[in-house]
Amino acid sequence: MLGVAYGVATNQWTGQKLDVMERQVEQAAAIASEAEAKAQTEAARVAEIEAKAAEIQEQARLALATASGGAVSEPAPAMSAGYGLGRAAHPEEIAAWDVDVLPDGRGLPEGSGNAFDGEEIFAEKCGSCHGDFAEGVDNWPVLAGGFDTLADEDPVKTVGSYWPYLSTAYDYIYRSMPFGEAGTLTPDETYAIVAYILYSNDLIDDEFELTHENLAEFNMYNAEGFVVDDRDALEYSQWRREPCMENCKDEVQVTMRSVFLVETPPEGGSNSVMNHARDQALPSFTADGPSFIPAAAAQPEQEASAEPEAQVADAGADLLKDGQKAFKKCQACHKIGDGAKNGTGPHLNALFGRTIGGVDGFKYSNAFKSAAEEGRVWDDESLAAFLTKPKDYIKGTKMAFGGFKKDEEIAAVIAYLREAGQ
Amino acid sequence: MSNTTRRGLLKGGVAMTAGLAAGKANAEGPDPLITELQDWASYTGAGVDETPYGMPISYESHVVRRNVEWLTASPISSINFTPIHALDGTITPQGCAFERHHSGAIELRKEDYRLMINGLVDRPLVFTYEDIERFPRENHVYFCECAANTGMEWAGSQLNGVQFTHGMIHNMEYTGVPLRTLLQEAGADLSADKWVYVEGADASSNGRSIPMAKALDDVIVAFKANGEALRMEHGYPVRLVVPGWEGNMWVKWLRRIEVVDRAVESREETSKYTDVYEDGTARKWTWVMDAKSVITSPSPQMPITHGAGPLVISGLAWSGHGKITRVDVSKDGGITWETARLGRQGDKKALTRFYLDTQWDGKPMLLQARAMDETGYVQPTKEQLRDERGENAVYHNNCIQTWYVSAEGIAENVEVS
Repeated sequence: MLGVAYGVATNQWTGQKLDVMERQVEQAAAIASEAEAKAQTEAARVAEIEAKAAEIQEQARLALATASGGAVSEPAPAMSAGYGLGRAAHPEEIAAWDVDVLPDGRGLPEGSGNAFDGEEIFAEKCGSCHGDFAEGVDNWPVLAGGFDTLADEDPVKTVGSYWPYLSTAYDYIYRSMPFGEAGTLTPDETYAIVAYILYSNDLIDDEFELTHENLAEFNMYNAEGFVVDDRDALEYSQWRREPCMENCKDEVQVTMRSVFLVETPPEGGSNSVMNHARDQALPSFTADGPSFIPAAAAQPEQEASAEPEAQVADAGADLLKDGQKAFKKCQACHKIGDGAKNGTGPHLNALFGRTIGGVDGFKYSNAFKSAAEEGRVWDDESLAAFLTKPKDYIKGTKMAFGGFKKDEEIAAVIAYLREAGQ
Repeated sequence: MSNTTRRGLLKGGVAMTAGLAAGKANAEGPDPLITELQDWASYTGAGVDETPYGMPISYESHVVRRNVEWLTASPISSINFTPIHALDGTITPQGCAFERHHSGAIELRKEDYRLMINGLVDRPLVFTYEDIERFPRENHVYFCECAANTGMEWAGSQLNGVQFTHGMIHNMEYTGVPLRTLLQEAGADLSADKWVYVEGADASSNGRSIPMAKALDDVIVAFKANGEALRMEHGYPVRLVVPGWEGNMWVKWLRRIEVVDRAVESREETSKYTDVYEDGTARKWTWVMDAKSVITSPSPQMPITHGAGPLVISGLAWSGHGKITRVDVSKDGGITWETARLGRQGDKKALTRFYLDTQWDGKPMLLQARAMDETGYVQPTKEQLRDERGENAVYHNNCIQTWYVSAEGIAENVEVS
């Protein structure tokens, strides 16, 4: 089946009319012969597996024999003459529901609109989610800008930068927008909104009249940016092979831990110990097992006293201790103190007064680069704002951390950063 | 450390201690649960009809779908996650099977349901719900996986729970009419270069284009799941089932099937559900969900509470290309692999349960599972996927998942070298 699907996708399919049943028989035969060939080449491996679990596999095969390959019932009978069910669709019914628009413009209703008119309609019907300038509010989609970001770490996929066909914008807006009032726009309103989105992307001026005659001819920025699924050639060819079973690596180390992010909803189930942040190092693994066994977790009451207290100064010792504790959420990526180097995140020494995005040799996101260009500086205020909601303060930051939930934590971690990074 | 974390710690501590204590109490003397008369063994229980439609017992009330609020702008256009950590076997009960809506779940009565077939057909037709039930029907078990399942993990281990990393999946037994039957009824042009465009009756309509070869192969117009009517959130009264292909194509509240001569290139198949690679180009029409597996227990939501000794490592495997033929499990992060036992030889494009029945030595583990399907495809590591695609692809992340399990049995989502 899959080969057929890909054939269609890549236009290698000859396009001849097929007899459905005959094709299925051919496919079944092809799968069977493929399976047979594979079984022969992997006979040794199969024997090994069967030796390990002979009884169980035997049971499984018996179960399979009665399960008829995935279908819980026999196939439904084919009846070429039809069943005479349903009734003829009225032209008015088809007109009411068949409103989709194809990339070549088929399906577009007569009408027109420009960005000048569209601005007002957009502000009224779309702006509450997408912003007055199509820049997006909260997590709602950004519709404008993002050109030349598709190869960045966080591509900004907008109608302007990403969508390959303008027909898609008309089709979607006319049929499915506005959110909560779908299907209420007139064709002229839709043309005007589409024109305004193009205008917001600096693709047309506000007098350009978008119509059913010129919409499909509009050449989108990313029209050539898509390739049809080529996993078959690039991935399946290398990943369809017998996998390694023993001594596949010399050593395995943990390179990232999710518990430092604390982004997972806490209520996971009766036994759940999710977000159980343990700061201690984890062992590496070899064929001989783990390199060491970390001590059992301290009881919560004892945990505070078990903390290492080095480097914590006298004044505001409690605050600093809290800060050091809070910093555990950061330390997987950020180093601070003597000889701290850049890691996944930049080092945090001498942070106060430093230009935002200003550590030499660290590969910042574009968001941080532009903050650096603006000459913005880290201080108590900017740090507090950033640590509350990093992704809001520096839109597009690569930092995965979602922010501290409590002001006390932020105050503490800022105090710690100042002290430890001196 | 936030309150959340502290609560998690306390809760975990209590659970672990209680587990050990109970074990010891049993060993030290006669168990009062056995020696003393219990209420439930003496008094009478609930009568029939107390719950005309039964819900799980209250002790299982934590086994529910959960949402990650920061993922989306509004729960009306959002997704939640199946509690796969707490389920066994392969069938997902409808009530806890994940939901994904683009404009919210709608209430559509069977009496108000209409299905239109138009476009390149001899006879444009309208069917009622009753009409659909008069066509010969079939039953099949299939998984439905959102293309974005595990998508949050592209850039690194992020969500600490298998429900959240792998829960955009469910597996049900569907009853319905083959799509080809309806296409034939309308006298559709069945040429291989034609497409079938499908859309739903909800406000989003969520239109998708399906190549004719797939439409004629195994697509079902389904009206029952696991023996009962579809749930509202899964498209009651009628949804499309597109076996092995990404969940977005399984259009709910199916209202229209149009035969067209090219892909519509709708919003859901251009701006969404396309995969951006490192150089900025994107793959489209990436419909098939490749082979994938994950260990559901132990996992962060399912710590080992019983200490060293016999341990059942359990998980799920599936492939949009057909059957799962083998699952290997590693306890050391991929240095050594053991072949797991399949709970039952899986169906094509359906979940397969696997078990590794093992003796735990009480030492830390790095647990991984690796699926193989009938095409010989081996589930890739995260590194292999990133080498091919970069970190911006969002969709179709079928990488090998790693859980670090501590000596106390606590599991954590990690990434390894």
